[in-house]
Amino acid sequence: MQIIESSKTYDVAIVGSGAGGGMATKILSEAGFDVAVLEAGPFFDPAQDEYRNQLRWPWESPRRGASSDRRSFGDFDAAYGGWNLAGEPFTNESGTDFRWFRSRMLGGRTNHWGRISLRFGPLDFKRKSIDGLGDNWPIGYEDVKPYYDKVDKLIGVFGSRENIKNEPDGFFLPAPKPRLHEMYYINAARKTGVPVIPSRLSILTKRINNERGGCFYCGQCNRACSAYADFSSGTCLIFPAQRGGGKVELFTDAMVSEVTTDREGKATGVTYVNKLDRKTYHLKAKIVVMAASACSSARILLNSKSTVHQNGLGNSSGMVGRYLHDSTGASRAVFIPQLMDRKIYNEDGVGGMHVYTPWWLNDAKLDFPRGYHIEVWGGMGMPGYGFGFNPNDLNKITGMGSVGGYGDSLRDDIKRYYGAVVGISGRGESVPQYNNYCEIDNEVVDEWGIPVLKFNYQWTKYEVKQAEHMQDTFEEVLSATGGTLLGDKPGADRQFGLTKPGEIIHEVGTTRMGDNPKTSVTNQYNQLHDCENVFIMDAGPFVSQADKNPTWTILALAWRASDYLVDQVKKRNI
Amino acid sequence: MDRRDSLKSILIGSVAGGMLVTGCAPEAPQEVQIPKEPFEGYGRTEPEKQHDREVAAEIFLNEHELETIAVLCDIILPPKAEIGGAVDAEVPAFIEFIVKDMPYHQMPMRGGLAWLDRHSNALHNLEFKKLTKEQQLAICDTIAYPGKTDPALMPGEKLFTRLRNLTLTGYYTSEIGIKDLGYQGNRPGVWDGVPQDVLDEHGLSYDKEWLSKCVDQSKRMDIAEWDDEGNLLT
Repeated sequence: MQIIESSKTYDVAIVGSGAGGGMATKILSEAGFDVAVLEAGPFFDPAQDEYRNQLRWPWESPRRGASSDRRSFGDFDAAYGGWNLAGEPFTNESGTDFRWFRSRMLGGRTNHWGRISLRFGPLDFKRKSIDGLGDNWPIGYEDVKPYYDKVDKLIGVFGSRENIKNEPDGFFLPAPKPRLHEMYYINAARKTGVPVIPSRLSILTKRINNERGGCFYCGQCNRACSAYADFSSGTCLIFPAQRGGGKVELFTDAMVSEVTTDREGKATGVTYVNKLDRKTYHLKAKIVVMAASACSSARILLNSKSTVHQNGLGNSSGMVGRYLHDSTGASRAVFIPQLMDRKIYNEDGVGGMHVYTPWWLNDAKLDFPRGYHIEVWGGMGMPGYGFGFNPNDLNKITGMGSVGGYGDSLRDDIKRYYGAVVGISGRGESVPQYNNYCEIDNEVVDEWGIPVLKFNYQWTKYEVKQAEHMQDTFEEVLSATGGTLLGDKPGADRQFGLTKPGEIIHEVGTTRMGDNPKTSVTNQYNQLHDCENVFIMDAGPFVSQADKNPTWTILALAWRASDYLVDQVKKRNI
Repeated sequence: MDRRDSLKSILIGSVAGGMLVTGCAPEAPQEVQIPKEPFEGYGRTEPEKQHDREVAAEIFLNEHELETIAVLCDIILPPKAEIGGAVDAEVPAFIEFIVKDMPYHQMPMRGGLAWLDRHSNALHNLEFKKLTKEQQLAICDTIAYPGKTDPALMPGEKLFTRLRNLTLTGYYTSEIGIKDLGYQGNRPGVWDGVPQDVLDEHGLSYDKEWLSKCVDQSKRMDIAEWDDEGNLLT
């Protein structure tokens, strides 16, 4: 097959349009670079009606919003794709059950994420110094703080100044008031000595500029906001970069297969398949920024073999793909009788929780390392597929009627229990392991002919112990609501309800940063040790992930790396 | 008669035949509509549109099965004077689609309905849909209450539970059902906390310190500015 050469050489090719790629696009185009952005999925703009899911009613979907192979989180979720992508498989080593959520579209997974925007704290960059496990980052909070500050102001995040040791405050927009079920959670948590503070989400409770609207409280951030009132990479970074007059050329449906290099091993651009005509193209660029997501970037690097980079680009250390890690997760729910027969009013609020519990036991002696935060869910949400299943199982608890049945009494059951169940979920930090990794599966290619990833991943006793602690905490806090806990408490036989690796969609660490080229893939500025004109700006360079959702740190580090990149070009070091 | 007209006639036919109690507007029973251009108006990608078109064009449930489902739907959620029931909310058409979209429903649904007719034939020498309302309800009483079902009738309980779930979910995700539920959201608004009468009813109040961290909705359109410490000025 003939490879079609681009006539032009771009200053920078950015692979991926999610959080990291979007930030690189904005900063580098504003610095005057001629930028090409390659996205493996189609264009997406939630302000245009043909893409809009927001404010749709369940009956507009023939499956009433149910999930499908085409949209794992349901018909109204903004993320195309999900746990499976047609034509783009991956494999698991026997005994591994890694889940990999991919979204092919402009903005990637930022279109549907929970907008939970937490800074890593000073302890989070230096966990090895505390518990002796894993590695410290080569940088500390003070290196990233100025960029967190800038991200807060550019994109907007609500929260509250709390002055908690490892939960740094930022430039916050004011928080929304708690909903009723969240007030029940606050009271129960306080009774058990578990702190609760306003959540920190990148949603505009106040306007931050004239280009983006304010939140209008439909609770549907996961459907992508037509007013651009929450963060997604397309709406808040890439479109503004285009409007700003910078040189930004967008290549959608462009599936990058490898980074090309010259005889000296320096990157010369990327090859990609145009999914629309299925032909292979070579896009020439002086610098390549990888931001395809931790695992996708690792895959592309490993598939970029040459005489200079025989183990794949950036992989002289053998570390590409290693130290893959995801957050831990576990959940429990409670039925609260005082929330039966609620007065119905609009409590959609913002898209996500209004309150949460940050990790509160940094100074406690525990039988597991690292910590977790607690998220809260519940309320009188919009029905979708699955609403009304087993409509009166709770009658078993209340004795207020039969279980099952038919007729008008079902209407009463539905209304009695609407909004009466509250759930909480832990999201915790796992310990990165050399032996948890992704590699190229030499026997399987995707429909574009590109070798796919194979995953090898096992939780360790640390994560299992942490999940056990979560379950004990959940039981204590939820019991303090005065309600009845639902389901059995998962025990050791079920790893205490610990989610599968990958399921929390916080996979990081596959191209970790460090000062030593023998044990890390990039330097502290996300630049490959092995190839000075290639940067990794997704979550691959994370050394460890904290119990914090990664997006805010991806954004801050991508900005920091982009500033460094600009400086290095000015100094003619690249 | 094409597939859609045929479906329409099944469901109208049932109503006209007096099998189903009609809803609040008996002179104009709701027709079950399978949209001609199915479900493309809500942010679908091309592969999704293609998939949904293909599913909509498939035929799985036959006319007899759909008639039986319609009878059961209106037993599960009958119309009331003030609001329509499951058939008014086009739940049979929803079930017709969903069993094609989620094929794991297909064999249990088909087999369950066949069991129901066999059971009905054994008792009354008639298919379920042809029984009197009293006879139908008498059978439902033996299969609608999990935990109380005669082991010999378990296939009936499984069918009834599946149909109750699909009927309720189809109903409460329809326009009529959302109205019945009273859900007030899915519209632009301003969230300014739990209404005072609700707080009072629950014996709750916002504490002052927490409220001081919350948005003053009268200033929500003012562009945010901070001092160097991160204190909001606007």
